[in-house]
Amino acid sequence: MTTATDTIKSDITSNDVVLFMKGTSQMPQCGFSSRIAGVLNYMGVEFKDVNVLADEGVRQGIKDFSDWPTIPQLYVKGEFVGGCDIVTEMTISGELDTLLEENGIAFSKDAADKIRESNG
Amino acid sequence: MAIEAHTIEALIQEALPSAKVVIDDLAGDGNHYAATVIADEFKGLNRVKQHQMVYAALKGKMDGANGELHALALTTKAPE
Repeated sequence: MTTATDTIKSDITSNDVVLFMKGTSQMPQCGFSSRIAGVLNYMGVEFKDVNVLADEGVRQGIKDFSDWPTIPQLYVKGEFVGGCDIVTEMTISGELDTLLEENGIAFSKDAADKIRESNG
Repeated sequence: MAIEAHTIEALIQEALPSAKVVIDDLAGDGNHYAATVIADEFKGLNRVKQHQMVYAALKGKMDGANGELHALALTTKAPE
């Protein structure tokens, strides 16, 4: 039997960037999920979107797994990066760029700079 | 279910005695807050760990459908 935890582990090990979110990358169903998906899409980061609304086991499972009470949750190379506030802060500070660079994940630096310009 | 700003502040203060806590009620509905927490206890910890300490202080009030607090935008730092 596959448990929610197995599914989560498999998702975060077989994909470099995973966003556990409400809704999908193309159709987010929550403003906080939408914000991170929007940033990643805009920066051209390839990521797997996991819609927690489609699976109650994963919805609760991811919160227990990362000891984090809210959705969205961003994982890079199997490591929990943070939720909406942390990822937003890291985008503005440039730490997200560094994290992606260090992990060899392609993204548009120009797009990231544009986000910073319009939120600086 | 709503929660009062001073309840949030008190819970954080109890868990992190050194903390300076500022709470904003974003929507005026007692459900969507922004909190800035500056605490000595955060020194040397990354943001995920800092936020986890705040969530722990709130003792399940963020938890899903039964949570009284739907959204808490968090900013945490250690004092400069």
